[in-house]
Amino acid sequence: MDPTITLILLQDGIVNGAIYALLALSLVLVFAVTRVVFIPQGEFVAYGALTYAALDAGQMPGSVWLLCALGAAACGASLWTQRRMLPPRALARLLAGTLGIPLAALLLTRELAPLRPGVLVQALLALLIVTPMAPYLYRVAFRPLAQASVLVLLIAAVGVHLAMGGMGLVLFGPEGSRAAGFSDGSLDLGSLTVPGQSLWIVGLTLALMLGLYGFFEFTLYGKALRATAVNRLGARLVGIGTAQSGEIAFSLAGLIGALSGILIVPLTTVYYDTGFIIGLKGFTAAIIGGMASYPGAALAALAVGVLESFSSFWASAFKEVIVFTAIIPVLLWRSLRGGVVEDEE
Amino acid sequence: MTPVLELQNVSVAYGGIPAVTGVSLRVAAGSIVTVIGPNGAGKSTLLNAVMGVLPAQGSIRFNGRDLRDAGVEARVQAGMSLVPELRELFASMSVEDNLRLGAFRHRAEGRAAATRGLDAIFALFPRLQERRRQKAATLSGGERQMLAMGRALMARPALLMLDEPSLGLAPLIVRDIFHTITELRRTGVAILLIEQNARAALQVSDHGYVLETGRVTLQGPSSDLAADKRIVELYLGHGTQ
Ligand SMILES: Nc1ncnc2c1ncn2[C@@H]1O[C@H](COP(=O)(O)OP(=O)(O)O)[C@@H](O)[C@H]1O
Ligand SMILES: [Mg+2]
Repeated sequence: MDPTITLILLQDGIVNGAIYALLALSLVLVFAVTRVVFIPQGEFVAYGALTYAALDAGQMPGSVWLLCALGAAACGASLWTQRRMLPPRALARLLAGTLGIPLAALLLTRELAPLRPGVLVQALLALLIVTPMAPYLYRVAFRPLAQASVLVLLIAAVGVHLAMGGMGLVLFGPEGSRAAGFSDGSLDLGSLTVPGQSLWIVGLTLALMLGLYGFFEFTLYGKALRATAVNRLGARLVGIGTAQSGEIAFSLAGLIGALSGILIVPLTTVYYDTGFIIGLKGFTAAIIGGMASYPGAALAALAVGVLESFSSFWASAFKEVIVFTAIIPVLLWRSLRGGVVEDEE
Repeated sequence: MTPVLELQNVSVAYGGIPAVTGVSLRVAAGSIVTVIGPNGAGKSTLLNAVMGVLPAQGSIRFNGRDLRDAGVEARVQAGMSLVPELRELFASMSVEDNLRLGAFRHRAEGRAAATRGLDAIFALFPRLQERRRQKAATLSGGERQMLAMGRALMARPALLMLDEPSLGLAPLIVRDIFHTITELRRTGVAILLIEQNARAALQVSDHGYVLETGRVTLQGPSSDLAADKRIVELYLGHGTQ
């Protein structure tokens, strides 16, 4: 194997690893704050990619209708759970959040989609359409189960994953899509040519990680989210609403998932069910990181990406097998050390 | 004047097994009320029910307002703070972060206001200032108690509820904690204090209730209770310091 190929594989691995790292971070975040293993993460990747691709083709993405339906369902669910305590201001905020946002997305998409307004606007619009689905799903499927065990939450997550997968087929059809990238240029580094899109991926990933770090380290809401993860009862006792924390965590996860999809769809054809396997690799990284450590998950994600790209070179038929098998020694080592993530309460 | 807290006929059960039965109690504005009683009497259960951590039957009124449908967060927002038996600190976060999160209720006032509140807490507990950058998990038992009280006070509550603040602490530190409780009286906050250390609790409080197997068996001004023969025998006699 010559050094050029090694470099190319390494570059591929880092680019994929960056995406896995983003997904792993959001999985850790959602799990820490809400104890939900966010299996539908992959669907957000696919939805983000396919929504962006539809906009790029000048079409109205079907996901916009799902957004409206989910918003209405979230509105109904929240009206029901908060029926005894809903001051007018909270009601206004609820309506704006669950009905206003989908309506705005719908109108904007109607206006802008036929105009093909360019990659940046299309990407932002796709984020606007896909991201709010995550907090809506939280309100509908997970918030009513907030007191349930991790296992029950996991079952609900699998249910949401299956439903979203099926909806994906209905909304986007069985064909795969590709779309324009953020940049057509490339960077020549000696024998290595780095595509502009790869730079976008790595750059945006780093920026997003820095942003998240700043959010958790320096803002009160970020600290409130960490507090909820560290001690749920303690957080409630200082007035941090676990429901709000869960909603913020889900929103971040939805945003990260959708953005990952938008970033990869120029590089690879995305089908309605492509996201699952990508999400699973993020999940592998999150597990290697112990579902608890952000740097651990990010490093593990890079390792997963590099391992994947090298195994696709040597034994491409087995690349998924090799990646997912990597989890076994790590789990063995973890369970021997006794460092298992336990279910509190 | 309406009392800060008024319980009428409050009952709490764990899966059908009653732990607190028909308790009525009031805390007047600015006063310190104590609930004493042996281990397992239902004291913590009662406090947790008042805070909304456990569901309860009967009426709980806070500043005249019925709290039936309010969750824990809404009660904090309304001005209640609980220092629970297990403290429930944010172990992996710094002392300062723990305190700042205590003021989450006043987040709209901004960071500068929280910093002023922080200085007031540091004046009350200078030890916390020395340790402000340390993680809560590294604190000693007494410091953890100070941090838990500080965090609760950062919310500037109208009612502060303390669940056995002296539990597991060395006698000198217990004295400090009780001294702080009397200091707090000057800030006007009403305090509901739960204790097994009956002597100290009756000394700092205005009014006392004795809880036994989930029921109030005795109540009255603390000075009367401290002189009551049954109390002296059961809680203040030989064997209890
Ligand atoms: N989580 C629980 N589940 C079931 N029973 C409990 C629970 N917590 C406390 N109890 C029972 O309720 C009673 C009162 O307990 P508690 O309120 O902790 O008493 P105290 O604080 O006065 O020591 C005890 O009999 C105890 O065994
Ligand atoms: Mg107790």
